[in-house]
Amino acid sequence: MQQNGQFDERLKQRRRKGLILGSVFFVATVFGLVVLVTLIVDVVIKGAQWLDWEFLTSFPSRNPENAGIYSAIVGSAWMIVLTALISVPIGVASAIYLEEYAKRGWFLKLIQININNLAGIPSVIFGILGLAVFVRLFALERSLLAGAFTMALLILPIIIISSQEALRAVPSGVRESAFALGATRWQVIWSHLLPISAPGIMTGVILSLSRAIGETAPLIMIGALTFIAFLPQSAMDQFTVLPIQIFNWTSRPQPEFQGLAAAGIIVLMIALFIMNLSAILLRNYFERYRAQ
Amino acid sequence: MTEKTAAAGDTGVDVETGDSSRGGVSGFRNDETGVMSGDRARDVATAKVRVENLDFWYGTHHVLKSITLDVRANEVTAFIGPSGCGKSTLLRCLNRMNELIPDTRLEGRVLIDGRDIYENADPVMVRRRIGMVFQKPNPFPKSIFDNVIWGALVNGYKGDRDELVERCLRQAALWDEVKDRLDDQAYGLSGGQQQRLCIARTLAVQPDVVLMDEPASALDPIATAKLEETILKLKQRYTIVVVTHNMQQAGRISDRTAFFYMGELIEMDDTEQLFTRPSKKRTEDYITGRFG
Amino acid sequence: MNIAPTQQSTGGTSGEYYAGKANLSANVFRSPKERAIEYALGFCALISVVTTLGIAAVLVYESLNFFAEVSIIEFLTETRWTPQFSEKHFGIWPLLSGTLLITAIAALVALPIGLMSAIFIAEYSPKRLRQVLKPGLELLAGIPTVVYGYFALTFVTPLLQPFIPGLNVYNALSAGIVVGIMIIPMVASLSEDAIRSVPRPLAEAGYALGATKIEVVLRVMVPGAMSGIIASFILALSRAIGETMIVTLAAGAMPNLTMNPTEPVQTMTAFIVNVSLGDTPQGTVQFYSLFAVGLVLFLITLSMNFVANWIIQKYRERY
Repeated sequence: MQQNGQFDERLKQRRRKGLILGSVFFVATVFGLVVLVTLIVDVVIKGAQWLDWEFLTSFPSRNPENAGIYSAIVGSAWMIVLTALISVPIGVASAIYLEEYAKRGWFLKLIQININNLAGIPSVIFGILGLAVFVRLFALERSLLAGAFTMALLILPIIIISSQEALRAVPSGVRESAFALGATRWQVIWSHLLPISAPGIMTGVILSLSRAIGETAPLIMIGALTFIAFLPQSAMDQFTVLPIQIFNWTSRPQPEFQGLAAAGIIVLMIALFIMNLSAILLRNYFERYRAQ
Repeated sequence: MTEKTAAAGDTGVDVETGDSSRGGVSGFRNDETGVMSGDRARDVATAKVRVENLDFWYGTHHVLKSITLDVRANEVTAFIGPSGCGKSTLLRCLNRMNELIPDTRLEGRVLIDGRDIYENADPVMVRRRIGMVFQKPNPFPKSIFDNVIWGALVNGYKGDRDELVERCLRQAALWDEVKDRLDDQAYGLSGGQQQRLCIARTLAVQPDVVLMDEPASALDPIATAKLEETILKLKQRYTIVVVTHNMQQAGRISDRTAFFYMGELIEMDDTEQLFTRPSKKRTEDYITGRFG
Repeated sequence: MNIAPTQQSTGGTSGEYYAGKANLSANVFRSPKERAIEYALGFCALISVVTTLGIAAVLVYESLNFFAEVSIIEFLTETRWTPQFSEKHFGIWPLLSGTLLITAIAALVALPIGLMSAIFIAEYSPKRLRQVLKPGLELLAGIPTVVYGYFALTFVTPLLQPFIPGLNVYNALSAGIVVGIMIIPMVASLSEDAIRSVPRPLAEAGYALGATKIEVVLRVMVPGAMSGIIASFILALSRAIGETMIVTLAAGAMPNLTMNPTEPVQTMTAFIVNVSLGDTPQGTVQFYSLFAVGLVLFLITLSMNFVANWIIQKYRERY
């Protein structure tokens, strides 16, 4: 039945089309990277000249020459620490409960769905929640504490999800052998599961904190001011953070402030880089450690 | 035993092109319908598929060792042997499917109608001419109609689509069961029906040879029987090679059988001969179930 | 920590560890300490539930204050949003159209580029290249949105202005493009997962029928992964809708019912932030309007996320 007349294979054209499309796909993939590089180069070019020791240790000012990012850096540092203190215990505890204690069933599924959903809610809505609950209801006003609670809720789903994955990655043999020796559930968790999953959990925590350090909208909502010329002395003080300072300077029309904003971005990116690098190093270190 | 049909007025093997798929007689038994042993010489000279000194490696693992064999036109040839003997690997060498796996190497030749399919040949065209049905039915997640016509359209089919689909489904013995629901999803069919759909899909590009890799191993006995019946009907028009681990199946459907062990071709003969009077001890051991 | 079983052996030699009468009825698992720990952990897990309920409660409750003064009909049908003017109009459409315009532009950028990147990384890229491309895309995803906003305002808009006459300093186009760039990694990563989970035998069937690689990829694998790809589109667009800083910095603060991307627009998210930045006194209807807008935003993103996750669940059952 070789009725070849009915087939027009046109192999050459098909292959050529494949080559052209493959190249287009490659260009599309590289596009994102090109934008990334462009952005970084642009920021460095505009901001490097403003980046000096005075910049890092001065307060913001209406005069671009005197303006600095000191209050924002300190504010961000406070914010990260407080947020971590609140969100990490709660997040890890939730993950432990969901992975090790909760019974499989519709209720567990509901909580999982809920957590996944929370991860997808726009950050500005967390800001609204923070405004209504922490600033007004709990009367924390525009303080670091209100901001930390708000940010903690924002990154809580991420910590829970990544901690759950870290716990799940622990081989079940570890649990079984510990239980077989007569350990209680909490003993198994505390002595075995947490130490083993700690690197994974820590990586997840660092990554979610690096997300938190770059968040602007929720903190604007709870009232973090955009012009703070002092350092917070306690958790109840007003504050500003790096992204808000960057936002403030970017919004000003004078080109000098654009340069200051770029310098602030460089500082922020360096902070992010340090955090991500430590997450990667941590993971590599523990993976090597465990492989022994 | 195998069916032999000779359509009236057939000229048998076309010596010039080696094209023996216009129907014609198969088998070489002198006690059957008057086929002379002279045909045997002619058929060997124009074997549909010839493998010459084929060696194959997965990485450094030498999987096929110096295989030489012929597959005759309009016959069902069975490859049998214990697990891991390389029969499926050899099958996939016949239509260059092994090239899709990284880190493989092939030496030797495979000839279809006297033409080398590796040297100076486009693998896409090779696979068009040599179809394959897989162990587990793998229809596309499309309608029955779209499944059958897919390969033909990709290869530039210009003829009547409905006619092609009907013809192929009839040849695959599936037409009556699905003719009223060609637009239904293929996944709604039973396992046996899906496998016959895969056969119809393969036939639609009008190959010369159809390779089948343990086609019935995922099917229940009834579906298997239907499939075997289909294979026997198909050999009128196509040359078929079947890999099977089921010796009884090989005995039922094949004209010739090749027995493989540890990457080597131990013995190849007419099926009846191989199963009743094997010339190698290892063949006999396998057939009598001393290992498997 | 000592994990010794709490068996008590009665007297006897110390070698006879199990020979003593062990008090196996002591239920260590249900000791008060264990129960307390379990409840404490469970309480933490409930916080996530409470958060969602809290968000819903706050949005609904405060919106009621808003709708006490502005009718829902006006909210949904009026085409002007002028809370600051003396003649106040509270129609959601200008904000909604701002959000939709920006999201549409972002979609035009991100969906094709993201999908093509996914195809390239999943099916074409050699392993070593992949090890550069994937982290590169992840880096793109890790950039804070305020930095993207800066980029949109100070790089993209000046870049486009010579080519597009009449392009405002604040415009929807630059913001939309940069929002699109921001969500490319999300589309690429989720679509790549979807393409990878198409079972290999399907691709083999395509090759065995004499198809070229591009044909197998575009006519078997991508259609086979389509539900996962669509889910990734929806999730990425939901993210785009919720994006705040890029649009606040680059798109403008003027509610504007338009489909013209060269004009400034204000999105729902930008409005919410701008109310906070401004000096709107608490307790006024302008102040409560931010909750009503927040409620609309919440409902839109929530339903999109639900639909996308539902698609992913259904899709997982198929193969």
